[in-house]
Amino acid sequence: MTQVSTHDHIVTSYGEELDDLADEIARMGGLVETQVIDALTAVVRRDASIAKTVRKREITVNAMQVDIEKKVIRLFALRQPMATDLRVTITALRLASDLERIGDLAKTIAYRAADLNSYPPLEVTQRIERLGNIVTRQLREVLDALSADNVEPAIRVWRNDDEVDEHYNSVIKEMLLLMSGDSSLVDPGAHILFVAKNLERIGDHCTNIAEAVHYQVTGDTLESVEAAAP
Amino acid sequence: MTTAQAQATLYHDIPEARDVKVAIAGVDVHYGDKQALFDVSMQIPDRSVTAFIGPSGCGKSTFLRCVNRMNDTIDGAVVTGSLKIDGTEINDKTIDPVVLRASVGMVFQKPNPFPKSIYDNVAYGPKIHGLAATREELDGIVEQSLVKAGLWGEVSDRLTDPGTSLSGGQQQRLVIARAIAVNPEVILMDEPCSALDPIATAKVEELIDELRENYCIIMVTHSMAQAARVSQMTAFFHLGNLVEYGPTEEIFTNPRERRTQDYITGRFG
Repeated sequence: MTQVSTHDHIVTSYGEELDDLADEIARMGGLVETQVIDALTAVVRRDASIAKTVRKREITVNAMQVDIEKKVIRLFALRQPMATDLRVTITALRLASDLERIGDLAKTIAYRAADLNSYPPLEVTQRIERLGNIVTRQLREVLDALSADNVEPAIRVWRNDDEVDEHYNSVIKEMLLLMSGDSSLVDPGAHILFVAKNLERIGDHCTNIAEAVHYQVTGDTLESVEAAAP
Repeated sequence: MTTAQAQATLYHDIPEARDVKVAIAGVDVHYGDKQALFDVSMQIPDRSVTAFIGPSGCGKSTFLRCVNRMNDTIDGAVVTGSLKIDGTEINDKTIDPVVLRASVGMVFQKPNPFPKSIYDNVAYGPKIHGLAATREELDGIVEQSLVKAGLWGEVSDRLTDPGTSLSGGQQQRLVIARAIAVNPEVILMDEPCSALDPIATAKVEELIDELRENYCIIMVTHSMAQAARVSQMTAFFHLGNLVEYGPTEEIFTNPRERRTQDYITGRFG
């Protein structure tokens, strides 16, 4: 593993392009984090106006992914990045893709929030909130790991995915139980199941990001490190 | 030895992976009072391409010239340490450099065909080393060498034309044909494509890739992209020290030394 160099590029414009790419990834990460928090709030507070905002911002998230892809292609074509620059550039492509997917899932959660408003409030929503809080914490921590080039929190996020899965499974079990006992809960319950599933998927994307951060910083894959661990 | 230098980073998977062709241990080179190389040790595998990279004046060409004793021709140059090819010490005054250079061919930056015909350029080496008894044998060696160098199809109908009448890329391949005509063990290349256009470069790189099946090729290049494209092993030199030596893929994706990384990513050192 090599430390990321603090030296400037001899070709200033190349260094600026790499900085620009990192900045846009950071902005996209921030925006997507807001999307997830807002989508969850829309479900918990039954607020349709938030849902609308989330859907609108989704367009910006998608545009950012397209722009990052363009920047990455340009860097490969014109700069042929090597070593850490290579890792930063290829990781940007992976991050943009995962962040876009998270944005998409947040948007879908927001849709479900709007639909859920036409049914009476469900107690199980509290469990959704808890699952959502764990997932947003995972996302925040992995984005912090990215901005700090720090693998330790990334590894923690990767390992904590089990906690997300446990909460997800218990929400599913409880909802299915409720639905089988009361058929009027089947319609809102289906929405709740989708929200839970989407949150769990966001958790999976957080582990992807953790892997990408680990590779960017160390040059090794997280799986290989975990496999080698005693 | 200076106090500033650190031990080169060598990868553990080097020696067992392939047969070692050239084994270098503790090589210092002085030009008069000035020391150009400091305690270089490395094992270069057979049947592969090893690239030497590093900034100008880092000692990579000096080191390349140790392998065929070209530094002997420079006044005041003193090479100490051990350089073995297939276990035989070559940094030894009892070894005739002329004989050595038949087994260690060299290709230079600018193509340098002799002012002779295409045929004679290739036939010259085998003739002076007595590798062919008859004209038919010599014809065979010339043809085989030109075929191996990927040039036969382009020159078979004009072997009596002067070598200098060929294009730059063809001349470089002619010079490579000349080098392989004497059955070398090792081929040294000092920036073999820096005077060629991209198409001619691609043809020479393709040729190098084919030749590595049979030869140990050691190449100095200023083009990092070329080192990445054609070599299996890469050595980074800096200020006369071997800093890092390992599999090319690792050097270009995850170098272990900060100096290597700064150099290959184009940062200030």
